[in-house]
Amino acid sequence: MELLIGQMFAGLSLGSVLLLAALGLSLTFGQMGVINMAHGEFMMAGAYTAFVVQQAISDAGVSLLVSIPLGFLVGGVLGLVLEVLLLRRMYHRPLDTLLVTFGVALILQQAARDIFGAPSVDVRAPAWLQGNIEMLGAPIPLTRLFILALSLVCLAGLVLLLKATPLGRRIRAVVLNRDLAETSGVSTRRSDQLTFFIGSGLAGVAGVAVTLIGSTSPYLGTNYIVDAFLVVVAGGIGQIKGAVIAAFALGVLQSAFEYSTTASIGKVLILIVIVVFLQLRPQGIFSLKTRSLA
Amino acid sequence: MRVSVDKRAFLPLAAAAMAAVLTGCGSQITDPASAGSTGSTRTSCVDTSGSNIKVGFINSLSGTMAISESTVFDSLTLAAEEINASGGVLGKQLQVVSEDGASEPTKFAERAGKLIQQDCTAAVFGGWTSSSRKAMLPVFEANDALLFYPVQYEGLESSKNIFYTGATTNQQIIPALDYLAEQGTKSLFLVGSDYVFPRTANKIIQAYAAAKGIKILGEEYTPLGSTEFSTIVNKVRDSKADAVFNTLNGDSNVAFFRQYKSVGLTADTMPVVSVSIAEEEVPGVGLDNVEGQLTAWDYYQTLDTPANKKFVAAFKAKFGAERVTSDPMEAAYTSLYLWKAMVEKAGAFDVDKVQAAADGVTFEAPEGLVTVDGKNNHITKTPRIGKINSQGLIDTVWSSPAAVQPDPFLATYDWAKDLAK
Repeated sequence: MELLIGQMFAGLSLGSVLLLAALGLSLTFGQMGVINMAHGEFMMAGAYTAFVVQQAISDAGVSLLVSIPLGFLVGGVLGLVLEVLLLRRMYHRPLDTLLVTFGVALILQQAARDIFGAPSVDVRAPAWLQGNIEMLGAPIPLTRLFILALSLVCLAGLVLLLKATPLGRRIRAVVLNRDLAETSGVSTRRSDQLTFFIGSGLAGVAGVAVTLIGSTSPYLGTNYIVDAFLVVVAGGIGQIKGAVIAAFALGVLQSAFEYSTTASIGKVLILIVIVVFLQLRPQGIFSLKTRSLA
Repeated sequence: MRVSVDKRAFLPLAAAAMAAVLTGCGSQITDPASAGSTGSTRTSCVDTSGSNIKVGFINSLSGTMAISESTVFDSLTLAAEEINASGGVLGKQLQVVSEDGASEPTKFAERAGKLIQQDCTAAVFGGWTSSSRKAMLPVFEANDALLFYPVQYEGLESSKNIFYTGATTNQQIIPALDYLAEQGTKSLFLVGSDYVFPRTANKIIQAYAAAKGIKILGEEYTPLGSTEFSTIVNKVRDSKADAVFNTLNGDSNVAFFRQYKSVGLTADTMPVVSVSIAEEEVPGVGLDNVEGQLTAWDYYQTLDTPANKKFVAAFKAKFGAERVTSDPMEAAYTSLYLWKAMVEKAGAFDVDKVQAAADGVTFEAPEGLVTVDGKNNHITKTPRIGKINSQGLIDTVWSSPAAVQPDPFLATYDWAKDLAK
């Protein structure tokens, strides 16, 4: 029982990490068709933001709370620069964006190595996040609980933005039909830039969050980028609710597989599940119905 | 306004840039197949006529292993400078040619071939992962060149072209098990990264445990670089083992220890013995997370020997007071001095003469006196169990009464008879 609860939580927690990593990607990949291989490096930038902030503010609790919005800003600005300098020249050419953003990812990794050194750095967790609470005998780590809450807050914020603001309406209009939106007077340029800013900013927040559980190193992004794409593709491209369901489903399934087999076999099984699922439903959990002819 | 960039012009540019990044700019690629072709007796191109002699350093300065291997590169650099300052080897100054293995075994093989054939180095120092060593082994054998490998490894190997200055299993893993058994450990949980060293190490641990009546309650592997340990930590906690034997490598340790601590496991309730966390890795893992945990090595920065004090002081003077020294760094430092001693005993740089002179060569290393065993090209070492202290350094809590002879094939252990097959 104790173990079952522990494992259920492990699955939810893994799902929340996947969701944080994939949320921004589902926005940029979904809306703009940009295969952003540098998304993981934006996470890394967020993680190093947390490290730098902690050097300046020694109180780990305050620095974590400052790092979250700052990580969003750092990730967002990096994304904006990438969008303005490179990506806007290659919308609807996904293969080009894949190559270019992969190159940018390598550059960012090397930059991190040059600035912070190759060894990983330590970002301390605040005292109030150390330890765990007992739930029916199972220890629930507070850091994990915090990440779960943070991912839900980010999700709520994003949904609110998309559904209830004029900006969100414009973003959705562009997703549904770029040309029609443009002829109706929506500035797709501005909408694209803002979307990319927000999507990349969410990667920055995810980066701050994962410093609580893993190492902060120049390679941090490479650990998450493939999983993030899996979530977005399995959930259905451009579908936030698909990404949410896919993230938690993959998290719970992977923990269950890992528990009943081993970590390596668990990973194999989860990939098999995704491959079979995409054979049956190539469009993902939810598919986007558009009136666009493209 | 739209600046137009021609797609056709841009794509090859991006591809070329990527190719340059992937292969490492500006150096020629040697085909590992031709470098490793067997049977070709090579006439050595090592130039011994001038006042310099070339040696090669091969370490991962990029990629996931850079965290560890760049420190080995630093200590090799220190050793080379010291040797040069004290008159060089046979009166010749060492001229270092450095190559980046980029954490990829194929790149190690390719670059090793370059160091031997193009740069004509007299000996090569470096390598870290077993896969990098196994990739380089055929290259060194085919070219009849010398590699000095400075890291503890899984044993079961011996080549006349490789000198192993790190611990083999009977100088690290078996002493650690002896220590645990001595402390009354009745059950163990094994956690490791999924590659050759942890799998072989755990095979040895399983055989040892079967012979000595220690229960193995679980054996778990994660992909290299994995950061998700919730499930494994739950399994470990549930097993209620007396101790955990940790063969994780690299950044995975950070995630493992953080998550281990966050479910309430500590060094007091369930100690973890690690074989790949040294002084250098402690800050990255976070001192909070590993303080009080155990390590198994042959060298710690805190060792109280004159040679070690000199080594630590020289290293800090060169690389900064905040830097630390660790077992693989010490083994790398020692390896360059051992090569120097072999060359001086042989009176020549020729590979066959150095090999012939190797047996019995000694060096007063920071870890204590080490002696080369010419039968298997390993060296004697003194196993030590350490405990991570509040400064992030490691205190010796147990040490083997005398230096242990290397036994890479575990031929002297009854219970290990089936392992070497």
